[in-house]
Amino acid sequence: MRALLTALAAGLLFGLGLTGSGMIDPARVLGFLDVAGIWDPTLAFVMAGAVPVAMLGFRLTRHRSAPCCASEFQAPTRSAIDRSLVAGAILFGIGWGLVGYCPGPALAALGLGRTATGIFVGAMLAGMAIFEIARRRWPWQPKRESR
Amino acid sequence: MIHDFSPISALLGGIAIGLAAAVLWSGLGRIAGISGILGGLATARRGDIAWRIAFLLGMIAAPPLLLLAGGSMPTITVTSAPGLLIAGGLLVGFGTRLGGGCTSGHGVCGLARGSRRSIVATALFMAAAATTVFLVRHLIGALS
Repeated sequence: MRALLTALAAGLLFGLGLTGSGMIDPARVLGFLDVAGIWDPTLAFVMAGAVPVAMLGFRLTRHRSAPCCASEFQAPTRSAIDRSLVAGAILFGIGWGLVGYCPGPALAALGLGRTATGIFVGAMLAGMAIFEIARRRWPWQPKRESR
Repeated sequence: MIHDFSPISALLGGIAIGLAAAVLWSGLGRIAGISGILGGLATARRGDIAWRIAFLLGMIAAPPLLLLAGGSMPTITVTSAPGLLIAGGLLVGFGTRLGGGCTSGHGVCGLARGSRRSIVATALFMAAAATTVFLVRHLIGALS
């Protein structure tokens, strides 16, 4: 139960951060990505707030053997820069640039009831499903790791 | 520079996101990567599902709760072209799973952990996205 409440609280905090910072608005994200237009630096400030705080979180737990409400830390273990990483990041970037939604803001915006958000999230889930099917059909690597 | 840019709320929002990542890590030992938490539902074993749903529910509930607490409706300006929304969604869904992460998993958590894979992924998806926006806005000029 404590684990679930912690996850719920973390999700809430994440959603509040996305909303409060303006990252829930695709126009703002596209404004950041549009380096040749009227540049909107918001996303850079969000990262500048998020990364050091998360870094502190990872550092402070370095000497602990287990998290508070689970049996182990599950850090990603792969370190190779492989073709999947490169191709996946580029495909994701193209999709992100087309609409301005990445997974977090798109999901967080679902609760505001926009049709466009719903269409995007539906297609995103379909894209994830296609990935799962493709991976089972053509297993190009032993086991994926999720983050 | 855009006129309604507010650095303070951007920083505070970012700090909340970083805190959320720290809470999920120190509490559950998991990386706060949205595409992984969501996409992982497809293959998660029993006992590994509920926390994902709790996290996602919290995230989806946040904007309506802010509204209930007296906040103003957040501005959301998104294209209404179904073709773009579908193409974008498919690419984001497939790409984040293939690449093992998105803006939160690679961009926030991965950079915070100093992961080489995440540094490369973040540079690539930022560059691909900026190139796409450039092509769509300035070369094709179809959309704003």
